[in-house]
Amino acid sequence: MDFLNAIIALLNFVVVPAMAYGSQLALGALGVTLIYGILRFSNFAHGDTMAFGAMVTVLFTWLFQSWGISLGPLPTALLALPLGILGCMGLLLATDRVVYRFYREQKAKPVILVIVSLGVTFIMNGIVRFIIGPDDQRFADGERFIVSARTFKELTGLREGLAIKTTQGITVITAVVVVALLFWFLNRTRTGKSMRAYSDNEDLALLSGINPERVVMITWLIVAGLATIAGVLYGLDKSFKPFTYFQLLLPIFASAIVGGLGNPIGAIAGGFVIAFSEVTVTYAWKKVLTYLMPESLEPSGLVQLLSTDYKLAVSFLILLIVLLFKPTGLFKGKAV
Amino acid sequence: MSNDAYSDRGNKDLSLGDGSKMGTAQPVKPGGAAFASPGGPFLIGEDMTGGYGAGPDILHDCTIAVDRGEIAVIVGPNGAGKSTGMKAVFGMLNLRQGHVRLDGEDITALTPQARVARGMGFVPQTSNIFTSMTVEENLEMGAFIRTDDIRPTMEQIYDLFPILRDKRHQAAGELSGGQRQQVAVGRALMTQPKVLMLDEPTAGVSPIVMDELFDRIIEVARTGIPILMVEQNARQALEIADKGYVLVQGRNAYTGTGKELLADPDVRKSFLGG
Amino acid sequence: MNPALKNTLLFGIVAAMILYTGFTQSWNTALVIVNMGLISAIMALGVNLQWGFAGLFNVGIMGFVALGGLAAVLVGIPATPGAWSAGGWNILSAFIFAIGVVIAVVTVRSRMTPGWPRAGVVLALMIGGFFIYRALFDPGVEAVEAINPALTGNIGGLGIEKGLWVALAWPVGGLFAAAAAWVIGKTALGLRSDYLAIATLGIAEIIIAVLKNEDWLARGVKNVVGLPRPTPYEIDLQNDPAFVERAAGFGMDPVTASTLYVKVAYAGLFAVVLIVLLILAQRALNSPWGRMMRAIRDNEVAAEAMGKDVTARHLQIFVLGSAICGIAGAMMTTLDGQLTPGTYQPLRFTFLVWVMVIVGGSGNNFGAVLGGFLIWFLWVQVEPMGLWLMQVITAGMEDGSPLKSHLIDSAAHMRLFTMGMVLLLVLRFSPRGLIPEK
Repeated sequence: MDFLNAIIALLNFVVVPAMAYGSQLALGALGVTLIYGILRFSNFAHGDTMAFGAMVTVLFTWLFQSWGISLGPLPTALLALPLGILGCMGLLLATDRVVYRFYREQKAKPVILVIVSLGVTFIMNGIVRFIIGPDDQRFADGERFIVSARTFKELTGLREGLAIKTTQGITVITAVVVVALLFWFLNRTRTGKSMRAYSDNEDLALLSGINPERVVMITWLIVAGLATIAGVLYGLDKSFKPFTYFQLLLPIFASAIVGGLGNPIGAIAGGFVIAFSEVTVTYAWKKVLTYLMPESLEPSGLVQLLSTDYKLAVSFLILLIVLLFKPTGLFKGKAV
Repeated sequence: MSNDAYSDRGNKDLSLGDGSKMGTAQPVKPGGAAFASPGGPFLIGEDMTGGYGAGPDILHDCTIAVDRGEIAVIVGPNGAGKSTGMKAVFGMLNLRQGHVRLDGEDITALTPQARVARGMGFVPQTSNIFTSMTVEENLEMGAFIRTDDIRPTMEQIYDLFPILRDKRHQAAGELSGGQRQQVAVGRALMTQPKVLMLDEPTAGVSPIVMDELFDRIIEVARTGIPILMVEQNARQALEIADKGYVLVQGRNAYTGTGKELLADPDVRKSFLGG
Repeated sequence: MNPALKNTLLFGIVAAMILYTGFTQSWNTALVIVNMGLISAIMALGVNLQWGFAGLFNVGIMGFVALGGLAAVLVGIPATPGAWSAGGWNILSAFIFAIGVVIAVVTVRSRMTPGWPRAGVVLALMIGGFFIYRALFDPGVEAVEAINPALTGNIGGLGIEKGLWVALAWPVGGLFAAAAAWVIGKTALGLRSDYLAIATLGIAEIIIAVLKNEDWLARGVKNVVGLPRPTPYEIDLQNDPAFVERAAGFGMDPVTASTLYVKVAYAGLFAVVLIVLLILAQRALNSPWGRMMRAIRDNEVAAEAMGKDVTARHLQIFVLGSAICGIAGAMMTTLDGQLTPGTYQPLRFTFLVWVMVIVGGSGNNFGAVLGGFLIWFLWVQVEPMGLWLMQVITAGMEDGSPLKSHLIDSAAHMRLFTMGMVLLLVLRFSPRGLIPEK
């Protein structure tokens, strides 16, 4: 019984939150890695792209809520999500047209594009704060739990409860669907393969009749979709605050690099590696250990390796360790 | 370089970006149109002058051409502009002067993609396969512009290069040098080109494989596809050539049939080792 | 127009803008801009050294600036009575132990052959070391933080608070930043591929997290206030009859005069630091060392072929540039009189400095200085300008309309937008900056 309780406590406090967080990071890292693979630079504006897409979704969610439209137990935000994606697509295509395209034509080096993306970060950050303000915004509605701790305890008779939030369930399911779609697209469709070809060898793609501008456009469209979905899921799970998206940049980059920059499978693996290490290292293990150990050995402290304030440090340490052993990340060899 | 406003100042930071797979081509910009210009050989780059970007000219009044049913070979010392000439014909760099004509049309203003669509196929000297993709995907990408059924063509390629059929689900980057060259030629043939351009197809392969590749190229030529080819192995290449060009410093030094050039004492002395 | 004239004109324009602020708003505002402009110019100088001379992309400026700030605290405030005996030595021994573990790990990694046994030993050392470290560290921290937590609860520092000696904190800030930069550079530049950017981005966040959470060090988010100053205090000046008399001679009331006097004194000190660093940077640029750095930057392969150790040179310049950022950070904290870890944000302390360098002119020291002043001026003044703009736009709207109040409330966020626009416009139309590299 104690063993089961320990497992449930572990699931409840570590596995479920880390799964949700990992899915969000993976979606974010996929966007970063796609841009890295196709446009060849690290997009510092990705966090703010997520914030923008999420903001448009939040605004439409409020509109729908004011009209009284809802999805019943599911959050209304899911209904507004396609509109958020469209808004984000518009923004990214416009940015590419006005800003990035010029530098592509100049054959500017990646580091210049990074500096450009810093400028874009400022602008997007300004726009988001200008429109919705810097504060926390709530937009989640619908049923709060798929399984609440109390129902679980009543059902099983265990002392520990397992709670799964609706948003966590939606996050994981959406991530699985999106990732499956993306991989199907990249590996099975002509357009997807042409993106991989362009990522592999730009000049040869040109010689094969692949239109670079079209590849770039499709990349931005996909990235807009990924960023908005990641941003909305994160916002539903935690809350929407522009600044937190900017701060997601480090764990997202860490995920993409840990997995091997430019590699989509790596981005997903990296997202979960980072999420699970963050949660396990900052979780207070006392509860789980109390169930597992004989009473005499019960831990006196919280058995927390690092306080939660050092979450970022954990992602960074994992990144460093991986790079020391595998300088190109966990998955290298297969480009986008 | 410090005089280039958008340089990276030697930055090699992989966490910022990876420019190693960035294209080096400076393709003709979209928007240009072709116009009728009848007469002349099937494919000709005529009086071409140009170089990369704002750099110095590499080609000076250079002309290379190939006609139906022919194999034309370009030879010359290192740095003679042979590869540059091929790229110029394919629209991979902007010409300052000169024209490219294909099948009675002036295509100087067309983008490389548009030239592919008009039936030109090109196998560059290096980086001529998609290393991370399977052999079959390489061939599919070769046929990117086609909308009809590509399977018969793929079967033809597998018949031409049987080893590729066995390795079709393997990543092309894992193949041997000779096999890679076969993938590269196969990729270019997938468009069913009306003319095929090869830039040193035998570079870096063993003599046996080289002979085999030459045989295959002759086989392709026999199907009626004109071939314009740059070769290091001047003697062997000129032996199979209907037409030969010797380039020196971006200029036409000697032009003639393959046999004529092989017989020319000057050419023999300077380029064929006596 | 010849370059010298153009550059003088550019500096003149910035000076005129600041003077205009003085005449139209207040001299206090203008001097605040000057002081922070001087500090920004020093930061930009440091980053320009890294990017302009060596092409190193540092996105952790915030961290080095914050470390400088920490130095200002540790040098300036006195040791908390009893803190060392209560837990200070515990903390120190924990650190010494941690360094020992790191050395052991490095030795094992270099001595043992790669393989599972080595990985096992390294892992065991790291995990075992971590728990012993925590066992030494935690009680010490608890003891220190228990000492009068409302006022102190920190370990304190050297307590150097007499006059100009306070400025000693500035070079110490540089040393702190240099030490951190050495560790980062050693790791990130030593990897088989270069990962400096992500390393600096990460370390900067970690430094801020440490400053926020390690209350024993500098009171965390409870902030250390009342840091000593190298300049006189306003209240002392106001109580000094000689000063009051002189102020009256200029026709000023003593309060205003004293605030201006203090700010001018700071500006003088900062200007000295800036000029010294600028001279050093200029001489470095034109020395054989500087020429070698540029040779490496412009053609690394050739430089390597000539036997230059590129990684070592890069490490050197990275440490130097970061040290300058640390000096600027210490100066800023001294100027503020307090360390507030909660206010360190990458947009303000890392990316804004990048805007200064790019707008000023990468690779040109004077450009960096100009960029520092100009961008800081804009950063401060865009807010009132934005507010004014919004008031003009909303002038026709009726009072109390939600759109109007939203627009006016949001005017503050215009500054981020403006900074982005300035960066993108300069990069597009004058990519080498206002004062380009020669």
